[in-house]
Amino acid sequence: MSSQPRIIEVRARVLKENDFLARALRDRFQQAGVTAISFVSSPGAGKTTFLEKLMSMMSAQHRIAALVGDLATENDAMRLSRSCSQVRQITTGTVCHLDAKMIAGALEGWNLDNLDFLFIENVGNLVCPSSYDLGEQMRFVLLSCTEGEDKPLKYPTIFNTADAALITKMDLAAAAEFDLPAARRNIQSVRPGMRVLEVSSKTGMGMGDVTKLIEASAPSHAGKI
Amino acid sequence: MHELSIALSMIEQIEQETAKRGGKVEAVYVRVGVLSGVDTQALRFAYDLACEGSGLAGSRLEIEDIPLLVYCPQCSSTHEPRPQNIACPRCITPEQEILHGRELEVRAFEIVQ
Repeated sequence: MSSQPRIIEVRARVLKENDFLARALRDRFQQAGVTAISFVSSPGAGKTTFLEKLMSMMSAQHRIAALVGDLATENDAMRLSRSCSQVRQITTGTVCHLDAKMIAGALEGWNLDNLDFLFIENVGNLVCPSSYDLGEQMRFVLLSCTEGEDKPLKYPTIFNTADAALITKMDLAAAAEFDLPAARRNIQSVRPGMRVLEVSSKTGMGMGDVTKLIEASAPSHAGKI
Repeated sequence: MHELSIALSMIEQIEQETAKRGGKVEAVYVRVGVLSGVDTQALRFAYDLACEGSGLAGSRLEIEDIPLLVYCPQCSSTHEPRPQNIACPRCITPEQEILHGRELEVRAFEIVQ
């Protein structure tokens, strides 16, 4: 016996489970006084080198841990462990992004109370990570000047989910004939008002400003050490 | 290609709903915003794959594309920009509030008992 089809209303976010876990993570970070910051970019934009530099600059004043997402290797975690004592690799296999569940799993056994900052390096990908909230307080999108000025226009969604943009490899800008005003214009057109900083992990240019911006996002860090 | 993960999440949600009610799922209605990070063509492809072997095998996926709708507090008006240029076309003020375009939701499903 068959009957007429019936429509059942659901009206639920597809990623509600991820959002729920991300909210729980955000609460946990807040309670422990940890500022979680994630970094997204295309592969090869210089996330790991940037984080190496950033952590070597910040680790004297702050207690920092890092989670690093990668499809297959543990190379990035090995590199980062030189400038940070607590590093864990999240190997995603075929999955092209990190999600809140992977973050929660990777944090197991760590006492968040002993941390000021948690840096999360996402898998190099400008598409998939944009859909997943990781419970981070701030998301940086990195754009290297060797990639071209129009990346923001090609990937508006990821730029739109980020809180600040970093233009990396500025030491190569002249050689790459990078049009900085055009890049800034393109970022502003997909994400009006977004903070944009220019950096070079190699020369250290602009890194002090990034450190200040990160420290300012963590009002609770003072006095923890 | 995270659309496969997205499709699997959708199917899981619907299966939870149908477990309570029973019935065969004929169609799933979803809303996908232009800034949701999901490619609708890839989602269609992934959906058929993800449905195989599940209770939703053979069901239709009906996608409603949600364009951007942005509110400009300076002009107290809304506009429908392209994602590549979301500044207010009138006053170019940066503080724009995105009202629609980030949706990624299962709106409803259709079952026969």
